[in-house]
Amino acid sequence: MDLDFSPEDQAFREEVRAWMRANVPPKAGPEIGLPSHLETQAAWERKLGKQGWLAYNWPTEYGGPGWTATQRYIFDTERAAAGAPVGSPFGLAMLGPVLMSFGTPEQKARYLPPIAAGEVFWCQGYSEPGSGSDLASLKTTAVRDGDHYVVNGQKIWTTQAHWASYIFCLCRTNTEVPKQQGISFLLIDMKTPGLEIRPIMTIDGHHHLNEIFLSDVRVPAENLVGKEGQGWTIAKFLLTHERTAIAGVSDSLYQMDELRSAVASDPSLAEDPLVRRRLAALEVDLMALEYTNLRTLDRVAKGQPPGPESSGLKVKGAEMQQAISEAQVELGGLSALPWMSDDAAGHDVFRSATQRYNFLRASSIYGGTNEIQKNVLAKLLLGAG
Amino acid sequence: MDFSYSSEQELLRDSANKFALKGYGFDRYKETLTRPGQLNAEAWAQMAEFGWLALPLPESAGGLGGSGTDIALITEALGAGMVLEPFVSGVVLPGKLLALAGSEAQQQRLLPPLAEGGLQLAVAWAEPSDRQNPAHCATEAKADGQGYVISGRKLCALNAPNAQTLIVSARSAGSAGEGAGISLFEIDPAASGVTLTPYAVMGGGTAADVVLDQVRVSADALIGPAGEGFAALEAALDHATAAVCAQALGAMNALLERTAAYLKVRKQFGTAIGNFQVLQHRLVDMFIEIEQSRSMVLMASVRVDSADADERRRAVSATKAYLAQASKFVAQQAVQLHGGIGVTEELDVGHFFRQLTAFGTLYGDRERHLDRVAGLPRAA
Repeated sequence: MDLDFSPEDQAFREEVRAWMRANVPPKAGPEIGLPSHLETQAAWERKLGKQGWLAYNWPTEYGGPGWTATQRYIFDTERAAAGAPVGSPFGLAMLGPVLMSFGTPEQKARYLPPIAAGEVFWCQGYSEPGSGSDLASLKTTAVRDGDHYVVNGQKIWTTQAHWASYIFCLCRTNTEVPKQQGISFLLIDMKTPGLEIRPIMTIDGHHHLNEIFLSDVRVPAENLVGKEGQGWTIAKFLLTHERTAIAGVSDSLYQMDELRSAVASDPSLAEDPLVRRRLAALEVDLMALEYTNLRTLDRVAKGQPPGPESSGLKVKGAEMQQAISEAQVELGGLSALPWMSDDAAGHDVFRSATQRYNFLRASSIYGGTNEIQKNVLAKLLLGAG
Repeated sequence: MDFSYSSEQELLRDSANKFALKGYGFDRYKETLTRPGQLNAEAWAQMAEFGWLALPLPESAGGLGGSGTDIALITEALGAGMVLEPFVSGVVLPGKLLALAGSEAQQQRLLPPLAEGGLQLAVAWAEPSDRQNPAHCATEAKADGQGYVISGRKLCALNAPNAQTLIVSARSAGSAGEGAGISLFEIDPAASGVTLTPYAVMGGGTAADVVLDQVRVSADALIGPAGEGFAALEAALDHATAAVCAQALGAMNALLERTAAYLKVRKQFGTAIGNFQVLQHRLVDMFIEIEQSRSMVLMASVRVDSADADERRRAVSATKAYLAQASKFVAQQAVQLHGGIGVTEELDVGHFFRQLTAFGTLYGDRERHLDRVAGLPRAA
């Protein structure tokens, strides 16, 4: 039992920290941590790409740094601690690992390098208006027509579709088999005729989400990933990937520090014993989450499958993000109410708090709602049925 | 970083589980409850024979010099097996205190018999109206000739009814709330002026309120330098707190196992009640809280041995604050999901509930420990 990182890992932390200090612009604005500005995000990703650190969870053969699980964890913690946004996950954390496991050599050669370089954004075509938690009921169809699939249907909650060059899409290629077996995984160029985007504004006042309409969109058959009907298997693979990142612990640690410094700047808060107790309670909860995450990391670093502790990480991680942002809003009081004002009085953290709080209501919804996570966990605890 | 146990620790855990889960359990717990002092001499001798009573004690005084992790492995098993014998209050707390503050002569006199199971000790530190802050200490020790005269009241001194020797905190300088000025004394519970009001503690174990009325002790009853006992008392209480947190974790996990099993066998509306989503999610919430608690216990059991006192304080208080809340949640849900049978004395679930309720308060409640976390300086 040893809770400290090795000297090599600590040296690595210093290296990353120094680089972040030199390369992260000081306080890029309240939107930091919630990617909502294309230019800020794209410039940051290209900079990381040049350094070879954007695809930080990838092996060297695909343009990643080939770091150990522990190094990846340290990198992400330092990235967050510097106040820098997380890389757009759709290419880096989702499609990348899928192509490495299921893609053809041609697909890997064509799609992976631009993702690692930060030259292209992807988006994820999963949810549909009638298929949210029951994702396997999706209705968007892809019908083979010669060398193409013809895609018809509608996708929704598509984050960053308005930035993306491509979408990876779950489509129904067979209606005759059980619902999970008739789904295929297609890569679609966003500029293909018949594909239209409509923005959806979220309660943080920003444009993250979109609706996508597909009408007779012709997709080259070579853009099928894996085999026809393998889409559900791929989707499940993707959900279990990188479990230590899913709890958002790095960003919660950063936001907790932000909250602490905002409270310290106001004696009416800093000297209130109930406020101090509330901060301590959040700190304790965050410590529990952090060490649960580290237990999972330890197993992954040793090449073992994540243990039972990892299953609750998404649930607790989302609740943690929500609780910290809630405290930022409530302790900010009137300073948290000015809406997107750079001029209003009050600490930066409080001024941007309502946007974060509003945005983070989604953290217990996206990637499988907390209730769906609990259904899955209940099966583990009680056995199937 | 490494969260795994050494092979020696795996063996320790296996033997502790064998004793607590196979050799102890609900029936023996009920039987022990009826004994004087809730202490089964045979079980205590067995624990001594396994070397567990020596584990928290230094090698220089007949102990095994075990780590916080070693101690937590034992107490987690004791918690799961409902073992009532006073391992934490009777060995970990006084043993650590003597190891930290006791003179060579005191250690050689008291620790070997403690390790062998022949001596019962108790520490009387909590007082009325102190919110379990050991720095409060309104009990007074006045220097008088070659010795001291001690007066004051101690509350709920665990294991005191069994103890041949009490260790008492008393102020020889300073005022309530200050650590400086607190001294530690060995006191014979049969001495003139000492009155014990013994009782059973809800959930198991015994304690006594102690009134000290002009109790005369000689100078060699002093443990450590006069007025400088607080650091050792605080550190020993942290060791005991980390150990009871692991014990609570064992009980919480036992409740999860009982509850999951019950949801599978109990049928209503023609089906196992585990098929109802409301109950499934409640069970999952228990499971998640237990995993978070386990992370804290693993962390605290390492950090309690830290040379950095603030690191130790933060780790232990954060863990007690977390588990106080998580254990209450798990215990309440376990009773609720068992329905009527959960509120009876017939099932072990209700007894675990009592134990975890007491755990929430003992060694400082959640608010006390949150305030301690809030008051610690932050690392740069």
